[in-house]
Amino acid sequence: MYKLEAKSINAYYGPKHVLKDISMSLVPNSVTAFIGPSGCGKSTFLRMFNRMNDYIDGFAKTGSIIIDEEDIYSRKVRVEELRKKVGMVFQKPNPFPKSIFENVAYGLRIQGITDKKFIQETVEKSLEQAALWDEVKDDLKKSALSLSGGQQQRLCIARTLAVEPTVILMDEPASALDPISTAKIEDLIKRLKEKYTIIIVTHNMQQAGRISDLTAFFYMGELIEIDETKTIFTNPKVEQTQNYITGRFG
Amino acid sequence: MNNVEINRLKDKIFKYFGIACTFFGILMLAVFLIKIGMDGIARIDWDFITSLPSRLPQRAGVLTAIAGTIWVLILTALISIPIGIAAAIYLEEYGKKDRLSKIVEINITNLAGVPSIIYGLLGLEIFGRVMGLGGSLLAGSFTLALLILPMIIVATREAIKAVPKSIKEASFGLGASKWQTIWHQVLPASFGGILTGVILALSRAVGEASPLIVIGALAYVPFVPSSPMDDFSVLPIQIFNWVSRPQKGFIINAAAAIVVLLIITFTMNAIALYFRNKWQKKVKW
Repeated sequence: MYKLEAKSINAYYGPKHVLKDISMSLVPNSVTAFIGPSGCGKSTFLRMFNRMNDYIDGFAKTGSIIIDEEDIYSRKVRVEELRKKVGMVFQKPNPFPKSIFENVAYGLRIQGITDKKFIQETVEKSLEQAALWDEVKDDLKKSALSLSGGQQQRLCIARTLAVEPTVILMDEPASALDPISTAKIEDLIKRLKEKYTIIIVTHNMQQAGRISDLTAFFYMGELIEIDETKTIFTNPKVEQTQNYITGRFG
Repeated sequence: MNNVEINRLKDKIFKYFGIACTFFGILMLAVFLIKIGMDGIARIDWDFITSLPSRLPQRAGVLTAIAGTIWVLILTALISIPIGIAAAIYLEEYGKKDRLSKIVEINITNLAGVPSIIYGLLGLEIFGRVMGLGGSLLAGSFTLALLILPMIIVATREAIKAVPKSIKEASFGLGASKWQTIWHQVLPASFGGILTGVILALSRAVGEASPLIVIGALAYVPFVPSSPMDDFSVLPIQIFNWVSRPQKGFIINAAAAIVVLLIITFTMNAIALYFRNKWQKKVKW
C-alpha cells in the first residue's frame, strides 16, 4: 500500500505550464530525493503535497494527490489538518522570533492545546528526536535566533515533529548549512525514516545518493525518471538522467 | 586650471550648495521656533494651562483647547486604529492581487493627498448633518479619523510587507490558519512599524484646524467637554482664533499655545522614533 500517490499532476503559474503530467507512488517509511536543475519544478511539486501553493496567485492544477487514501485537494479536506499530517522544512532555517521552547510549542498552541505538561513533554521529545535537546536543554528560554544556522534548521525540524506528522517534506534543508551541520541533518533524516515518510529536494547528488531510497529526476516540468537511488546513480534508463548525474548539464 | 581642478571645484561647489539646501528647512523652522519661543514661553504658566478662554488676554487659558485636543486624540485613535489596521491586513494578506485591488490601492494613496478642508466638508455633510452629530467631538474625531486613515493603512501595509515570507510559510506549514498566522506572527513582528505609523498619523491629526473649523468646532467653549457629544475646541483652532485678533495680548497667547501644541506633537514624534528604533533592534532575521 502506498503512503503518497500523485496522479497525472499538471500545474500552472498563470499561463506557464510548470508540471507536466506527473505521477508517482511512494511507500511508507521511505526517503525519496527529488533532483533536477533549478526551475525544473521539483520544489513546486514538493509543495503540492501540503498544498503550500494554494496561496500563490494564478496557481492552478489538475490531477490528484492521494495521502493515506484520501485526495488532499478534495473539498472535504481542511488544509490546516493536512499540514499537521504533512510537515515541511524549508531551505533557509526560518525559526520564529520567539524562544526555542515557544518555537517547538507553536504548532501545539495553535491547535488550542493548553495542557502545560503535555506541551513540555512534547517539546522535549521533539527536540530529542531532532538531535538538538542536549545542545539547548539549558537555554530553552533563549531566542531561537541566537542559535547557529545548523541548530536553527534542526529546531525547525523539531518544530515540525512536534505536531506529529507522518510525512515530512524537505526543500533543500541543508543547502544553507556548512558540511558538519549538513552531516547532522543527513544522519537525522536517516533516523527519522523509521517513523516518517520523507521527500527531500536536493541539488547535492552525493546527498541524494547517501540518504534516499528512491530518486526522482525532474527536467523542464517533467518527471524524467524515478527509480531506486542505486539504479538511478549506476544504471539510469534515460540518457538525460545519466547526463545530469554525471554533471554533463544542469 | 586644468580639467581635474575644474571638476573638483564643481564638486566642492555642489557640496556646499547641498549643505545649504539641507539646512534651509531646518533653519527656517529654527528661526520660527526661536521667535515663537521668545514671545510665548514667558506667558506659559500653570494658570495659562488651567484657565478657561476669556475675552481678556491675560486671563485667557488653553484648558478647554487642551482637553478638546486630548478628547479628539483618544477618539480619533479609537476609530482610526482598528479600521486602518484591519483594512491594511485585508489588502496585504487576504485581497487578491488583481486589477480591482490595484484600483483600491491607487485610490488609498490618492486619499492621502486629498486636502484636509475637503475632509472637513465631507465630515460636515456625513457626520454633522446626515448622522446628526453636529459640531460635536464625535463628528470631529470621525472626520480626523478619515483624514489619517490612509496614512495608517499605508504605514501598516509597509510594516506587514516587511515580515519575511519564510516566517509566514513556517506558520502555515505547521497547520496555522491565515488568521492565526497574522495574529501570532505577522502582527507581533510588524508591531513597531504599525505603532510608529499610527503615532505619526495621530500627531498629524492633533495639528489639524481646517477640517474641524468646517464641521463647526468652536473657538470659544466655556467648559471642558465631558462627553463625545459635547461641543469642543482644539489647540490649532484656539491659535487660529487668537492670531486673528488685534490685541497684542492675544498674539502672545497664540505664541504660547503654539509652544504647547508643538510640545505635544514633538513628544509624539519622539515616542514614534523611540519605538521604531527599539523594534528595529529587536526584530532581526
